Amino acid sequence: MRATAAEETQSGTLVLLCVASWAIPGAGHLWLGRRTKGLIFLVALPLMFAIGLALRGRLFPFDLSEPLVGLAAVADLGIGIPYFIASSLGYGIGEVRAVTYEYGNAFLIVAGLLNLLVVIDAFDVAMGRK
Amino acid sequence: MQSHLALLAMFGFFVSLVFAVIAKDEPRDQLRFGGLMFGGFLASAFVLGWLMYPFPL
Repeated sequence: MRATAAEETQSGTLVLLCVASWAIPGAGHLWLGRRTKGLIFLVALPLMFAIGLALRGRLFPFDLSEPLVGLAAVADLGIGIPYFIASSLGYGIGEVRAVTYEYGNAFLIVAGLLNLLVVIDAFDVAMGRK
Repeated sequence: MQSHLALLAMFGFFVSLVFAVIAKDEPRDQLRFGGLMFGGFLASAFVLGWLMYPFPL
């Protein structure tokens, strides 16, 4: 069965919404008019990511021979544009000897995973489920 | 900052905040849900900490 033009437009908008929501935490909610929620995500998630970097956490490489490292890399990437900014500026090398290294990793990984939850929430709002 | 408790509290605060905002729409419900979750983080950290106390690694 072929999708109608309206359905295709809607699905295209949904994809764009999800990409925007992933790239800039909270952007999806701001787009949908949920201003307070969007602003909270926009501040809290990048701040959590920045704290992870400040705690000497590591942005893990995409090493598929080490499954847990690969999964951590995917989780790190979940934060969107802040990941690329931090990588390009040379942050996230990770200082294994630092006392706060594991805390830093927890902050970085969980910030990315929470942002992926936020993307799913924005999708649900756009679909009228919430 | 190197205090484990402070780092744990900060981590719990952020996670509770995001979950509360995702899960609830009304500010009152968000505060209640987030507060319970944050309290759960701290309480479980204390309980697990004391449970692990006799087991030096």
